[in-house]
Amino acid sequence: MNVTGTPPDDYPALELIDVVKEYPGAPPVRALDGVNLSVAQGELAAIVGPSGSGKSTMLHVMGTLDRPTSGSVRIAGHEVSSLSDRRLSAVRSALVGFVFQQFFLLDGDSAIDNVATGLLYSGEPLRKRRAAAATTLDRVGLGHRLHHRPNELSGGERQRVAIARALVARPALVLADEPTGNLDSKTSDSIQQLLHELHDEGATIIVVTHDNDLADSLPRQVRFRDGRIEHDSAWVSQ
Amino acid sequence: MSTPHKLPRSSSFRVVDVIGTAAGGLGSRKLRTVLSALGITIGIGAMVAVLGLSRSGSAELEDRIAALGTNLLRVTAGQGFGGGDATLPEDAVAMISRIGPVESVSAVGTVDQSVLLNDLVNPNQTGGLSVKTAESNLVVALNGSVDVGRFLDDTTGTATTTVLGSVAAERLGVRDIDGTQVLIGGEWFTVVGVLNSFDDDTDDVDTSLFNDLDRAAFIGPDIAEALFETPRNPDTIYVRSNEAFIDDVIGVLPGTADPESPEEVEVVRPSDALEAQEAASSTFDNLFLGLGAVALLVGGIGIANVMVIAVIERRNEIGLRRALGATRAHIRRQFLLEALLLSALGGVAGVLLGAAVTALWADRQGWRVVIPPEAIGGGLIAAVLIGALAGLYPAVRAARLAPTEALRAS
Repeated sequence: MNVTGTPPDDYPALELIDVVKEYPGAPPVRALDGVNLSVAQGELAAIVGPSGSGKSTMLHVMGTLDRPTSGSVRIAGHEVSSLSDRRLSAVRSALVGFVFQQFFLLDGDSAIDNVATGLLYSGEPLRKRRAAAATTLDRVGLGHRLHHRPNELSGGERQRVAIARALVARPALVLADEPTGNLDSKTSDSIQQLLHELHDEGATIIVVTHDNDLADSLPRQVRFRDGRIEHDSAWVSQ
Repeated sequence: MSTPHKLPRSSSFRVVDVIGTAAGGLGSRKLRTVLSALGITIGIGAMVAVLGLSRSGSAELEDRIAALGTNLLRVTAGQGFGGGDATLPEDAVAMISRIGPVESVSAVGTVDQSVLLNDLVNPNQTGGLSVKTAESNLVVALNGSVDVGRFLDDTTGTATTTVLGSVAAERLGVRDIDGTQVLIGGEWFTVVGVLNSFDDDTDDVDTSLFNDLDRAAFIGPDIAEALFETPRNPDTIYVRSNEAFIDDVIGVLPGTADPESPEEVEVVRPSDALEAQEAASSTFDNLFLGLGAVALLVGGIGIANVMVIAVIERRNEIGLRRALGATRAHIRRQFLLEALLLSALGGVAGVLLGAAVTALWADRQGWRVVIPPEAIGGGLIAAVLIGALAGLYPAVRAARLAPTEALRAS
């Protein structure tokens, strides 16, 4: 499945092999039905599909928020599909960054403290967390808004704070769940622009979305339907 | 992004960060924090105040008992069967002095006259003051003290001189003794001394054990007999006894004081009255402590309630924290510590409130302020225990929430 020209001595940022996710019921619901996917380091890809296509389950499985029923999930070369809850927390703290549609910022904390929360469970002391947060906020263009609280920021600025929080621990993989879903079109464009800039700087970003326009603006599209990959733009280039 | 990504064994949540996160959680919901801590504050405050006031009150009573001495007995004639005031036999003092363990005896008798500032005052307006005969050892026998001048002695006890009790002096407006005279039974008496209250440790004149003495003008028995034909029968005898034999002394006192009608003699140990007061106040303490405990329980339930609601409301925050790498234990710790901080906050405020109430009240009563350290320690420990109990279930619930469930849009 090494389809995007990954250097041979380098492992993919994300690799899913034959991943099945079934939810119990009568009959059981198969949300992911044998998914194989490899995302190289430094890629910017979209996982796109209508609701019910299995892309939310994909987000959870890729982000180690949920375990697959069977199959293998590797993040930065680490097999994570059968780790304990405790170990999975370590994976999320060190290897995965999340961006959510609803931002999920802590209302009582300033921008810099919200971003520093991205390192809270890494064991870094507060001073270092704040320093890294300031640098990262600067990187997403919010260097002038360090001490503003979420309610003093616009929607686009809030999403930038959330993106900075996802990046601050320098994860192997950033998962963005409908990152422009709560934003107007102009702000959406600027967030899209930011994703491209971060991609240019080398970040590995997977955007999960139902928005075809957003997906089409990204270098790679993986289209889901009924728990399977219906089409992957990487196949064409092969 | 070609740096190799190492996978730590576990994420970590430093202790200072747990505290910071929990405090931040409370700080961003100030009104709710204050209101939910209030129950604990009231409960702990009530308990600390009850313990503090009871201890201050006890200290006050103990001081009075110590000043009084537990070896003092008061012998009175009581009420005769035929009604009217009975008196003790003339030789009662001499008889009582012969009881072995008795250390000192002093008698007070009633003079049926009034004391007035001058002859312009209506003789019927006595102002609640009385005239009594006293022996020269009265002040010493009662551990009393003289404010100005001196008490009656063998010389002044036979002259037209008087010594005023503290209340009597106040009512008559006598502040110094430079030749001041008062009118007793139509005769001018020179004031040679003013006494301090015999029950000096209480500001409240009405609860003074020696109310009657504080309101008296004392004259010698000889002059009373000479001028007013006052009989020499005492109506009250104060007896100091060797404390080890006090029960025996109490047993023989009636028969010794009045061999003909011992059943009419009343023997009272004044310190018993104070000890009874102390015992009575401790029954009220238990009542208030019980009420404090109820307030505390309600406060604890309030905290549990607020924390359960917080876990539901903050589902997304829990999901976010799990996504950022928090383990179940980290989530549990955060919420448990929030509950602990909440109740500790209430506890500290309660201790301060209780101490303040104690200090204010005790000060108003003129008591020594005693805030027992065990009330402070116990209050804080109780608060923390309640916080732990109240926070445990919500914290466990928060930790059990699956990340995917917690992240679902609300």
